[in-house]
Amino acid sequence: MTGHVRTGTTAPRAPWLTLRRREMFEGWLFVSPTLIGFLIFFLGPLIAIVIYSLSEWNLLSQQMTYIGTANYQDALTQNPDFWHVIRNSVIFAAGLVPLNMTLALALALALCRPGRGVVFFRTAFFAPVVTSAVAWAIVWKFLLQGEAGAVNQMLATVGINGPNWLREPDWAMVAVIATRVLKMVGLNMILYIAALQSIPRDYEDAARLEGAGNWQIFRMVTWPLLAPSTLIIMVITTIGSFKVFDHIYLMTGGGPENGTLVLAFYIYEQAFEFFNVGYASALAMIMFAIVLVLALVQIMLRQKGSA
Amino acid sequence: MELTIRQAAIVKKLCWTLALSVVAVPFLFPFLWMISSAFKNANEIFGQPSLIPDVWRWRNFVEVFEYQPFARQYFNSIYIAVLVTGLTLILSSLAGYALARMRFAGAGLLMLFLLSALMVPEEVTIVPNFFLMKWLGAMDTHIPLVLLPVFGPHGVMATFLMRQYFVSLPKELEEAGKMDGLSRLGVWWKIALPMSRPALAAVAIITFLFSWNLFLEPLVFLSSIENFTLPLALSNFTDPYGSPLWHLQLAATSLAVVPILIVYLIAQRQIIESFAMSGVKG
Repeated sequence: MTGHVRTGTTAPRAPWLTLRRREMFEGWLFVSPTLIGFLIFFLGPLIAIVIYSLSEWNLLSQQMTYIGTANYQDALTQNPDFWHVIRNSVIFAAGLVPLNMTLALALALALCRPGRGVVFFRTAFFAPVVTSAVAWAIVWKFLLQGEAGAVNQMLATVGINGPNWLREPDWAMVAVIATRVLKMVGLNMILYIAALQSIPRDYEDAARLEGAGNWQIFRMVTWPLLAPSTLIIMVITTIGSFKVFDHIYLMTGGGPENGTLVLAFYIYEQAFEFFNVGYASALAMIMFAIVLVLALVQIMLRQKGSA
Repeated sequence: MELTIRQAAIVKKLCWTLALSVVAVPFLFPFLWMISSAFKNANEIFGQPSLIPDVWRWRNFVEVFEYQPFARQYFNSIYIAVLVTGLTLILSSLAGYALARMRFAGAGLLMLFLLSALMVPEEVTIVPNFFLMKWLGAMDTHIPLVLLPVFGPHGVMATFLMRQYFVSLPKELEEAGKMDGLSRLGVWWKIALPMSRPALAAVAIITFLFSWNLFLEPLVFLSSIENFTLPLALSNFTDPYGSPLWHLQLAATSLAVVPILIVYLIAQRQIIESFAMSGVKG
């Protein structure tokens, strides 16, 4: 009688196979809730948006007609709003990213070593990150009102006649960038602090023994070692800046004179206020393309950094 | 006047503290101003700026609840955030565990597939999801506010955070559990999960805040005022012409923000670390 005796070396093949098959089954079982939800609420919509973007959809008659790349052509060559919106988004990113990163790095350098008051300041600079964007936007909108706003009243006490921040297109852009930086800089500060703390102190000590000053240490030692983190933080921040919606919606509503109309807001407006579903979908695809390019750059830089 | 090295160090330290305090003003001032204005009446709010109200108007906080069903909206935000957090914890740790520990065909491809989600903003998929929810009859319900965060890029990020943590854990205990006859599910629940408390806490914290602060989804999917969540409710304190009723809006915003701030002050270390974890991985 050859029973199924499971002794290590002479184990029959069949049970081993079922074990493996069982592991495979269980593995897929464990991921299946996530996967199914992902397919329905994420991949499905992603495919749908490609189809929408190639169609004209009249929401009232609920009819969809294939119109090829007309929506894209409309955006890229016909509609002057589109390039205005892209310009705004680029200005927003170009203002926000350097400001955010410089401030984040400066704060991280000041607060990366334990000491008195460090916890207080870290907590303070990070507080807006846990606060809802809606609350932050509401309070700043209140502070930045024309004459009655607290910011301008304070400027007036030192003799500065502040602009009507949110009612003049250029100042409105400055205001939304600055307040967004205040909201998000704490996150990058924390990422920079983590990166700084992972740099062995020996490097700095060695440089100091060689007679290097603080600035030289930063230029020659710290900054080059931070480069991989800087690249990642930069891409995350840039992608985030292209996605900004609630902040703009609440502070300026895209105004004045469309001065702060950025891509995410424009998509929302076209889809849910004007019901141009096809056009909005083409815009969403363009946004996807922008984010994808930025993300691919991030992955390439990451690989280059680790090599 | 010569300074000793010790004195010079103290002066330098004072300068740093002063500089940081100046920088901290625009970070902290909005909170103080929000809370102080929440106690002012509609006229004083535009009078001479002062942090201490002339007359403390507690009625603002009563009127917040009279103006719209604010208690109901508050409850909506809490229960949705709890539900989203619970579901995300279970699903992300299950999937994360499988991706970290189980060898199954297609796992690598699946990882890549899920990773791609991190590159797609919610703003891109919200239009088709709008029609999906309409078709499902879920408009003006809280269903999309639960399902979309759980299964969207945030859920994927949580899954990867959990996976990274499971990978970093030693396998021996789980092997022992298997020897003792625990099923896979048993090993996950009784051994892997208790060992990964820091990761679970991080996922719980960032997920709760993510759901609590969500704005675009409520704006798109909700229409009845009693279904609103807090962020949407806050933006809704306006007079019939659409101008903000500042004293009410700021009182309501204070009510929404202060509890979160108190929890943050108590657990700031843990909360900041959670964001650092998700930031590095996401």
